[in-house]
Amino acid sequence: MNSRGYHGEFGGAFIPEILTATFDQLVDAFEKAKNDPCFWEEYVDVMSTYSCRPTPLTFAGNLTNHFKGARIYIKREDLNHTGAHKANNVMGQGLLVKRMGKHRVIAETGAGQHGVATATMAARFGFRCSIYMGEVDVDRQRPNVFWMERLGAEVIPVKEGTRILKDAINEAFRDWVTNMDDTHYVLGTACGPHPFPEIVSYFQSIIGKEARDQIMECEGKLPSRIYACVGGGSNALGIFSGFLDDGVELVGVEAGGEGVDTGRHASRLASNAGSVGVAQGYKSYFLQDRDGQMEETHSVAAGLDYVGVSPILASHRERGRIRFEAATDSEVLDALSLTIKKEGLIPALESAHAFAQAFKETPELSRDHIILINQSGRGDKDIFTIAEAFSDPGWQKFIRKKGNEYGT
Amino acid sequence: MALETYLRNRLKKKDVLLMTHLVLGYPSLEDSFNIIEAMVEGGVDLMELQIPFTEPIADGPVIVRANQRALEGGATVGSCLHLAEHVVRTFDIPFLIMTYYNILFRYGVHDFASAMAERGLRGAIVPDLPPEEGKEYLEAMQKHDLAPILIFSPATSNDRMKYLDSFGKGFIYCVSRKGVTGADTNFSAELTSYLARCRSASRLPLAVGFGLKNKAHMEFLKGNADIAVIGSQIIRIMEQEGMAGIRNFIKRLR
Ligand SMILES: Cc1ncc(COP(=O)(O)O)c(C=O)c1O
Repeated sequence: MNSRGYHGEFGGAFIPEILTATFDQLVDAFEKAKNDPCFWEEYVDVMSTYSCRPTPLTFAGNLTNHFKGARIYIKREDLNHTGAHKANNVMGQGLLVKRMGKHRVIAETGAGQHGVATATMAARFGFRCSIYMGEVDVDRQRPNVFWMERLGAEVIPVKEGTRILKDAINEAFRDWVTNMDDTHYVLGTACGPHPFPEIVSYFQSIIGKEARDQIMECEGKLPSRIYACVGGGSNALGIFSGFLDDGVELVGVEAGGEGVDTGRHASRLASNAGSVGVAQGYKSYFLQDRDGQMEETHSVAAGLDYVGVSPILASHRERGRIRFEAATDSEVLDALSLTIKKEGLIPALESAHAFAQAFKETPELSRDHIILINQSGRGDKDIFTIAEAFSDPGWQKFIRKKGNEYGT
Repeated sequence: MALETYLRNRLKKKDVLLMTHLVLGYPSLEDSFNIIEAMVEGGVDLMELQIPFTEPIADGPVIVRANQRALEGGATVGSCLHLAEHVVRTFDIPFLIMTYYNILFRYGVHDFASAMAERGLRGAIVPDLPPEEGKEYLEAMQKHDLAPILIFSPATSNDRMKYLDSFGKGFIYCVSRKGVTGADTNFSAELTSYLARCRSASRLPLAVGFGLKNKAHMEFLKGNADIAVIGSQIIRIMEQEGMAGIRNFIKRLR
């Protein structure tokens, strides 16, 4: 591997020797695909016939009137097949797997969105599929576990470490070092060793390309600000990539959890809690102690509950190109309720972080301004978490009744 | 004496040397000391001391759990280095540090090398640090006269083995198979021919690790390699049979 994928001081490929040849093969397959003019066309074709691309850009007139600030547009990644931007990355990597001639895929998942997307891709392309998911996430994202299993994937609950996303990534790597000859690891976000950050943001850049054309078409000018939630960073890099060379202000929103000063959050770039380290194969900001041990993270949104962050985003922060903020669990639930009531849209808890930050800031801007929010996914998967957060009595009654029917 | 010279001298008397592994702080720092003592008395030739890390990506379930328990028990980099110092002073065999790169990175790579040298440690194994990413580390190890142990795997090409060998000192750690530590290894003709490949690519003694459990495995290495590495099996025996078990186990191997 010649280029090691550095973005400023961040990135690299800190991999065990056994995987070197596998990474060389992946770098090679990706470079060839990128340089093949038919490949992007094939990708767009898959995304427009199997998923729902181009996803629409929705003008949120009611929210705009409510805040009396900038005109709010929403990029609808929730309308992808399986309900999130994860489909973009997964179908793209699926095409790479075909080119490499492998027959099995593995993936980590936090919210379960990436796992479900990978399982659909595997079903569609005829690959065997195993999904690693932290035990804590298996418990809080049951509907997605159900769908993964229905889709024929094996879901393996991870009982090691903090039992969430980062631990699922470790287990996926452990599978890969054993089975790499026939297996591709479909990493779900713009993290991990080179070339994963590049691969994932390459496929997600379709969001930004479309959004730029769409906003130019309906408004004839660029937005003033763009908001995206940041777990590992893939949906944010996807939409931001269409606007990096313009004067557009880019805002990445991390999980503030119970508040960044409570220690129970996942804010690596917006708070001072993150520091530079090397884990899970890459160098970036992590939430870690002085010794370099990774710390526990917290978010109401499983997909943002991650200890590291994309090295590409870390370098954008260093250069001041992207601003990072954090939204707390309760701000997120408020933003979610408001969006549901005003627009009839149901963002995923992850995506609702972007909405929450946008709502804090939009009143500052006049109606001449446009802001763009990336709705990375839909909230259907979160029904248990949201119902619990709102202590919904009807839902509780329903669950109790179902429990009784199943004889517990 | 250089680590390689020590190993070559020992190899004049024994066909295969024994390197064992343990996770510092598991089940406790005190127990770690006692385990090391039992292993030295049993006749171990050198030892790798693992400083626990929350993300031990190259390790299998047994060592992963030991890492986790050690950290839960309060082991820190400082307390592990302190124990290592005590161990080096007490026992007359070479000790190496095994850990993941973030531990060195956070400590400061040069400071870590200097801390190892000050404590009389002889080298380090850092499985997630290929030489391409390890320029600073390799320089620091060189400066402090410590052995950076490089790793070969069955997926490593001959050319790459030569490249890795050019950075290595002391010995080469040959991973016996794909996968992580702990699982069973097939001691087959395939392994023999892989070790022959390693032999012709390196000027250093060869250690073989991953999946070694018993005397038969050590016998297999005779003529094919120089050092047998036993890791997960030590932890299993300690968990099942305690300290006396470890002592017997090592004696039976020798
Ligand atoms: C709907 C949704 N949005 C966002 C994320 C966060 O990931 P990323 O930062 O890579 O976009 C997830 C992750 O599971 C998700 O499911």
